[in-house]
Amino acid sequence: MIPTNEEWKAALEERHGIELQNNISGATVAICGLGGLGSNIAISLARAGIGKLILIDFDKVDITNLHRQQYKACQLGKYKTDALKENLLEIAPYLHIETHTARITETNITEFLKDADIICEAFDVAETKAMLVNEALEKMPNKYLVAASGMAGLGDANLIKTRKITSRFYLCGDEVSDINDEIGLVSSRVMLCAAHQAHTVLQILTQK
Amino acid sequence: MVKINGEFLDVAGKTVAGYLSTSAYDAKRVAVERNGYIVPKAKYSTTVLCDDDSVEVISFVGGG
Repeated sequence: MIPTNEEWKAALEERHGIELQNNISGATVAICGLGGLGSNIAISLARAGIGKLILIDFDKVDITNLHRQQYKACQLGKYKTDALKENLLEIAPYLHIETHTARITETNITEFLKDADIICEAFDVAETKAMLVNEALEKMPNKYLVAASGMAGLGDANLIKTRKITSRFYLCGDEVSDINDEIGLVSSRVMLCAAHQAHTVLQILTQK
Repeated sequence: MVKINGEFLDVAGKTVAGYLSTSAYDAKRVAVERNGYIVPKAKYSTTVLCDDDSVEVISFVGGG
């Protein structure tokens, strides 16, 4: 039995308090990249009762994604935007979701991210991460940006951290574990980093 | 002296682009924060580092 929107809202307000829940449910968060980071960030925020998610990824669910990304075997071949939307609505049926099945570039970034209060950078390629961070901070200086760098391998979980770089820019990760130098990405460590990002989003909304 | 990633370096007078070219950083993978603000990429070659500047070079690694 799926709860009504009123029941859903009341349960979250009871847990978070009305004021904080209003901040969370009034927020729009963009998630750029729906891999190990993005799919886990989305689920954390959906559970917390975020108002709206903007999900952006060009790729389809592949068998090599399933060890760390929040998709199911039956979703192989689907666009990640569509598959994640399905999964999120099973968890949080009243969540508003906007999807863009596309690559983010210097030319479309402002259009895709214009409605977001907070942007999560969740790409996997270092150059693309840097592009998004530079473009977002230059073109949209009033938005918050939560980026990630360094979460590959089986290194110490406690090395994953969050640093505030400027008043509106946060960086999560150990900042050194490169996918090319390690055994690749391991679900638990990627989830840790994604949890740091989602947690930072909620902290920002608490301060509002 | 310019403070870069916590280290005091004798690079005052150099541009951001000039400093990066002499460092081990890959300019395509970095974001540069100077005194609390991000330096736009297009201004790397015209932004001159000054004494007492506090700079952070964030160098991204792959994985996500």
